[in-house]
Amino acid sequence: MSRWAIEVNGLNKFFNTNHVLKNIDIRVPFGEVVSIIGASGSGKSTFLRCLNGIESIHSGEIYINGVKITDKKVNINIVRQSIGMIFQNFNLFPHMTVMSNITLALQKVKKMSKAESEKLSHRLLEKVGLEEKADSYPIQLSGGQQQRVAIARALAMNPRVMMFDEPTSALDPETVNDVLDVMKELAREGMTMIVVTHEMGFAREVADRVVYIDEGRIIEDGKPEDIFYNPKNPRLRDFLSKIINV
Amino acid sequence: MQFDLSALVRAIPALLYGASVTLRITVLSIAIGLVIGFITGLARVWPNLVFRSISSAYIELIRGTPLLVQIFIVYFGLPALGLNLDPFIAGMIAMGINSGAYIGEIVRGGIESIAKGQMEAARSLGLTYWQAMRYVILPQSLVRILPALGNEFIALLKDSSLVSTIAIAELTRSGQIIITRTFKSFEIWSGVALFYFVMTYTISRIVKYSEKRLRYGE
Repeated sequence: MSRWAIEVNGLNKFFNTNHVLKNIDIRVPFGEVVSIIGASGSGKSTFLRCLNGIESIHSGEIYINGVKITDKKVNINIVRQSIGMIFQNFNLFPHMTVMSNITLALQKVKKMSKAESEKLSHRLLEKVGLEEKADSYPIQLSGGQQQRVAIARALAMNPRVMMFDEPTSALDPETVNDVLDVMKELAREGMTMIVVTHEMGFAREVADRVVYIDEGRIIEDGKPEDIFYNPKNPRLRDFLSKIINV
Repeated sequence: MQFDLSALVRAIPALLYGASVTLRITVLSIAIGLVIGFITGLARVWPNLVFRSISSAYIELIRGTPLLVQIFIVYFGLPALGLNLDPFIAGMIAMGINSGAYIGEIVRGGIESIAKGQMEAARSLGLTYWQAMRYVILPQSLVRILPALGNEFIALLKDSSLVSTIAIAELTRSGQIIITRTFKSFEIWSGVALFYFVMTYTISRIVKYSEKRLRYGE
């Protein structure tokens, strides 16, 4: 078993001629919570999408739980079961109930029985505080509730790493905290988490480590207190001054 | 001007029979068209370039030529290759292949109208491309393409009048036959139109009803 939940060596990514990720190197040990911050268009979301193979990469290596996912021979469908991915727009399946959203992959991918998958779904919905919504459709839920269902859906696959792509950016302010609370709980339980976020409060309180990406490069990588209170890079200082009201 | 209603009434049994043939050939060719259409539509969005090219070529070819000519090729042309088909079978195949192209485009449009995030979310849960298509993308597409499919079914039912040219006694042909005997053009063609309308209106209602049934969580 690898020491690292995530290991990235020399990752480069282009969109046509646009060099969006430049020589990214990062290692994340199991149990660590990493916040990735940076301006819009800095490449932080693209980086996250590369980590579970949604985006192809130009060069470099990515290991998730010790499996080299950039190797063509690796079955990405199996690797993805160990990575939970949370999207800005939740991406719940609108034609299915909350329950079916969670049980679909359990039944089709993990070949779990209906009864077993529903039992597990109930437990996870309880965990995110939505057990009474099992039979609702996504459209009947608030954004915050939908995002919590998305988290429950990802957790159902029993991932070793959870990735969050701006999980609270599309939410009404009053529902943001419900989602953050679920994420904090996960962090306390020792889940390895990569969180692309604009929630500096979350990054400061919960993250073990903050990574600042600017123009496709990792500019600073350190403990939250160093990044937020003692930023070395002038661009980071400028970025922080614009978004933080400390 | 006078409208000889009794002539029309006398023609009803023959027209009813014609309508039943029209309905049969339409339903069967829709079935063929749906199978071809879903395969073509899926192939059009499939990551594999070979499938995409083949299905594009098929769609362009069929859409770019008249149905009447396609019917003639199947019925009069294929015997040259030693393939003699019964008129009904020939008509059904030609119509099925024809509607398959249009349904293929409808299906492709439906699939492409589903937000990319749906596929990404499904794949990130470990579903294969095909599983994601089958359980996540296609069910949502189906709801969206239902009105367009309804239009296609109605168009096909009306276009089935073209198979009257290869001696299939469907509704239009039945009307023609009756008129050659009775010379009651206006009455019989009005009756024929009414029969078509009743059938297309029924399809339209069934599609509307299905649309309502399939809507989720609203």
